[in-house]
Amino acid sequence: MHLNDLVNHGSEWLKGTGPHSDIVLSSRIRLARNLDKIAFPHWANKKQNKDVLDAVEEAVSKIDLLKKTTVFRLADLDNVDKQFLIERHLMSYEHAQKSDSKAVVIDEEEIVSIMINEEDHMRTQVMQSGFNLFEAWNIISAIDDFLAKELPFAFLPDWGYLTACPTNTGTGMRGSVMLHLPALVMVNQVNQVLAAISKLQFTTRGLYGEGTQASGNLFQVSNQVSLGHSETDIIENINGLIRQIIEQENQARETLVSRNRAMLEDKINRSFGILKSAYIISSQETIELLSMLRLGCDLGIIKDLDRRQVNELFIVIQPAHLQKIENNKLTAQERDIKRAEIIRKKLVKQ
Amino acid sequence: MVCDVCSKNQATVHLTEIIDDSMKELHLCEECARQKSAQMDQQFGLADLLAGLAEFGKPQGEDKNTLNMKCPNCGLAFKDFKKIGRLGCSECYTSFRRYLGPLLKRIHGANKHIGKSPAKITGDLKERIDIEDLRNKLQDAVEAEKFEEAAKLRDQIKELEIKAKVSPIDNKEGKE
Ligand SMILES: [Zn+2]
Ligand SMILES: [Zn+2]
Repeated sequence: MHLNDLVNHGSEWLKGTGPHSDIVLSSRIRLARNLDKIAFPHWANKKQNKDVLDAVEEAVSKIDLLKKTTVFRLADLDNVDKQFLIERHLMSYEHAQKSDSKAVVIDEEEIVSIMINEEDHMRTQVMQSGFNLFEAWNIISAIDDFLAKELPFAFLPDWGYLTACPTNTGTGMRGSVMLHLPALVMVNQVNQVLAAISKLQFTTRGLYGEGTQASGNLFQVSNQVSLGHSETDIIENINGLIRQIIEQENQARETLVSRNRAMLEDKINRSFGILKSAYIISSQETIELLSMLRLGCDLGIIKDLDRRQVNELFIVIQPAHLQKIENNKLTAQERDIKRAEIIRKKLVKQ
Repeated sequence: MVCDVCSKNQATVHLTEIIDDSMKELHLCEECARQKSAQMDQQFGLADLLAGLAEFGKPQGEDKNTLNMKCPNCGLAFKDFKKIGRLGCSECYTSFRRYLGPLLKRIHGANKHIGKSPAKITGDLKERIDIEDLRNKLQDAVEAEKFEEAAKLRDQIKELEIKAKVSPIDNKEGKE
């Protein structure tokens, strides 16, 4: 598989199916694992980092479940390639910072990715469309079992898997669910919901990278605690919380439809109108309008538009994707023009 | 120093935030730091926050010796961990065990792993679990200044380590 093959290929997790896929975009589980006694990436010397990279690559190549994966060494990728992988949620921003002895292993359908030598020797993630953490867990746990047969994982019976940062010690697991909560935002209740979440030892952040305000009404909810609870208990806890948020978002949607239908139809159709007719558009504006469009699909206000198309637009309107599609470097202005063109092509029926 | 947020409590967590390439120092009380960490991204600042948290887990008598204590396997000193908020290798968990126990408890609200384990771990699993149990007891005994009991526990650990072929921990604290 070549990186460019992914450009025109929709990720499995964006397909817009699975339980509650109107409100939940995707579910993701990641596991942090390290090799026993070998210095963690930030503390290791060049040789140790290289040895880890080789050992993990070899282990991956032996595992049947990972047969359809490709290893991308970061040293072989340019900045646009790296940004492209970050935009597709296949690797972290942190991973892209230094390229020495780092790699990311990706499977064809983009369900599995393994970052080698990120903060830990291995960060494996499995993504699923919709509200589906247990399915993601079943897949990742099986992969983890096979990897454990090939590699000596750092583990203490009383403290579990040992990680570079003690916030990940124990299960080394983080479960995250990406939610689209436009109605809660519109009825001004989302801050209350988020405040309640942080009290429960869960974190939230936006879809588009770190430090950014949640844009497009997209929120990612993850567990913070990784020690003292089993993986399935942690997942149950996240699920319980997510079910409540889904319930609240649904109630807010009902309220809006019953009390402010005209406002809602106006907002959604105007958003659709702008997206279909703009010739220059920023990513921030696009994301906000796409959020309305997605809500329009969910509520049946916009017909004959597949949720999957909207999901994919959220991803392909990002800078590195535009440059990959164009196969050329683009300035910010050129990107705004290209972005508008791609959106029109997708949304305007010939 | 007073907390930057509430201007009431003593600031005990000190962190550096990087916003648009400029650094900003923040001094917070425990309460405000907790709130802050809930809002904060995992990306930046967490290492600094952790370094601050490590202060809380500080058992009595932490001094220069403790700060200079090094992991025999990777050479990371305890003070390095406090600075960068990251450990150097898996053996650091054993080397700095008595300081990490309280820290883990602080972060996770628990310090006993429940969950899966690798099918194959180095050494004999059963014996390793026993050794860990004994090490916990040893730590308690030392903290309670029950030195006779501690000496007995230490002998038991040595015996088991030889049996399980686990490399003994080079204890450089020297105070026990
Ligand atoms: Zn305060
Ligand atoms: Zn170490």
